[in-house]
Amino acid sequence: MSLELETLPKEQTIYDQVIARGVSRREFLGFCAWIGACIGVQGAGVDQVVKALETKKRIPVIWLHFQECTCCSESFLRSSHPIVADILLDKISLDYTETLMAASGHQAEQALQDTIAKYKGEYLLCIEGSVPLAEDGVYCCIGGKSAKGIAEECAEHAKAIIAWGNCACSGCVQAAKPNPTQATPIKKVIAGKPIINVQGCPPIAEVMAGVLVHLLAFDAIPELDNLGRPKAFYSRRVHDTCYRRPNFDAGLFVESFDDENARKGYCLYKVGCKGPTTYNSCGTIRWNGGVSFPIQSGHPCIGCSEENFWDKGPFYERLPDFPGFGVEATADTLGKVALGAAAVGVAAHAVMTNFRKRNEIGEQTGENAERAEKADTAVTDDHSI
Amino acid sequence: MNASHDYQRVYVWQQPVRWFHWINALAIITLGVTGWLITHPPALMNSGEAWTSFWFGKVRFVHFASGYVLLANFLVRIYWSFAGNKYASWRNFLPLTKAQVREVWQVLKVDIMQSSDKAVHALGHNAVAYFTYAATGLLTVFQVVTGFALMAPTSQSWIPRLFTWVTPLFGSEGSVRTFHYAGMWLFVIFTFIHVYLVFYHDYVEGHGVMSSIIGGWKFMEKHKIAAQEATGISGLPTKSRKAGSRPKA
Repeated sequence: MSLELETLPKEQTIYDQVIARGVSRREFLGFCAWIGACIGVQGAGVDQVVKALETKKRIPVIWLHFQECTCCSESFLRSSHPIVADILLDKISLDYTETLMAASGHQAEQALQDTIAKYKGEYLLCIEGSVPLAEDGVYCCIGGKSAKGIAEECAEHAKAIIAWGNCACSGCVQAAKPNPTQATPIKKVIAGKPIINVQGCPPIAEVMAGVLVHLLAFDAIPELDNLGRPKAFYSRRVHDTCYRRPNFDAGLFVESFDDENARKGYCLYKVGCKGPTTYNSCGTIRWNGGVSFPIQSGHPCIGCSEENFWDKGPFYERLPDFPGFGVEATADTLGKVALGAAAVGVAAHAVMTNFRKRNEIGEQTGENAERAEKADTAVTDDHSI
Repeated sequence: MNASHDYQRVYVWQQPVRWFHWINALAIITLGVTGWLITHPPALMNSGEAWTSFWFGKVRFVHFASGYVLLANFLVRIYWSFAGNKYASWRNFLPLTKAQVREVWQVLKVDIMQSSDKAVHALGHNAVAYFTYAATGLLTVFQVVTGFALMAPTSQSWIPRLFTWVTPLFGSEGSVRTFHYAGMWLFVIFTFIHVYLVFYHDYVEGHGVMSSIIGGWKFMEKHKIAAQEATGISGLPTKSRKAGSRPKA
């Protein structure tokens, strides 16, 4: 990739590059309007996107891969719009990325060093994957350096950091209990840099592209929610944008995957849908160019854009396992056991109490009997007189 | 009659306390039932179209509305713990004085371990009961905070939006839900034991604790009341009253 860049004239704008690739201005404007809609800008904002792409030069990008499966990259590459892959990935970005660059070995590592040196404070650092901290980070080493070392080195002079996917945002499957490699999200490894958490396993391609375009067009970090996710894509629950929502409110639920209700497309709440607690754009942007999303295909949302979603299972049940218990136990199991224990305690206590009360009553009747006896004697005495 | 059974009627629970108790009970029961339904919706309807019904939406509405009732009622009770009589006072709720700590031990010995028969005769609650209600109050706060945190993202109101900081503490909204739901179980267990103990105290002591939450009056032998007033445990400690804090009738 870096080799190819050298053959290009320097200082080319994104627009120049796209036109040089044979994209028409009409297509270019169409792209700007589309991606503008994705990132939620108003009509006037689209203008700004067009201007930015026309006048701005490429953003240098370092894209690191740590503990991950590359599904984020795969998702991005499969963006429905060719210009995304073409301009965002092929041209403006990726001075260094293990998966896609042409260079390898020492050459590749040199490219990384060159990029950091050349674009100090300007480059964007994209990280895919979590960082293992156990055993001094031996579980993920590239070119003899630990993931933690590489992340810190690259982050030092980065303009901003994008954490791609659940791995980089909250550790994903490798951070699930017992997390043997101590897989750690980027926000806990790097401090003092703006970090954009682009959640999901993987994130939706349009969301990834949208975040990049936002950075490019507005030269600012997009507005983030309190978990560091861009509000434009993660401010609404899958539940709130779900086309099956009316079934939820009507109390129409799928009871099992092969029942009549499933066929009718009722709400998947009772078969474990995590839509009500999951923030993502699946219900609006959907996947594969808006073709579908899990719920539309009849599968409950597994909540892949939420922290520790692997440990919040089972995927197909409403109530998650209660945290802090080794054995699988839901809040209901624990509640019933506690209530049962209370009932046993109460029953035993009630029995004891009755013994005590009987004693007390017995004492009283004892007193009374004594008194009655005295009275009786007195009366007898009276009679005897 | 025997001098030891010379009863006196004492007005213990003022009206706001009684109203609080019953509104609170109603709110908790409503919240518990609707909360249970929200987590385990029954298969009431197995056919039909969504536009014909809104029952699950209504269950959720009742849950949210009851949450507001719970909060408002709780705030009134907090106010009353400053404005009410000595049995309602906030000072009772934590066992901070020596006398209160001693009473806690005595109550545990009598009521739980049943190893002593020197029963504690408290006009208000005994020290253990007060402390339990403090814990229940804390549980109420937890339920209100997590409940409003769950409501915040889809609410336009400023009240739930005060609690947007809660979800990040739990990591995700799913976790907040799990703990909010577990809180319901704590209320179930509390209610169970609470109702049993009311029966127990009424059954064993005969001070009219059961009817006191309806009428406000308790009935106690005069010598026991005198002993209570001497130790001054129920209500404001005698010493601290002398020490210059607000005198209370």
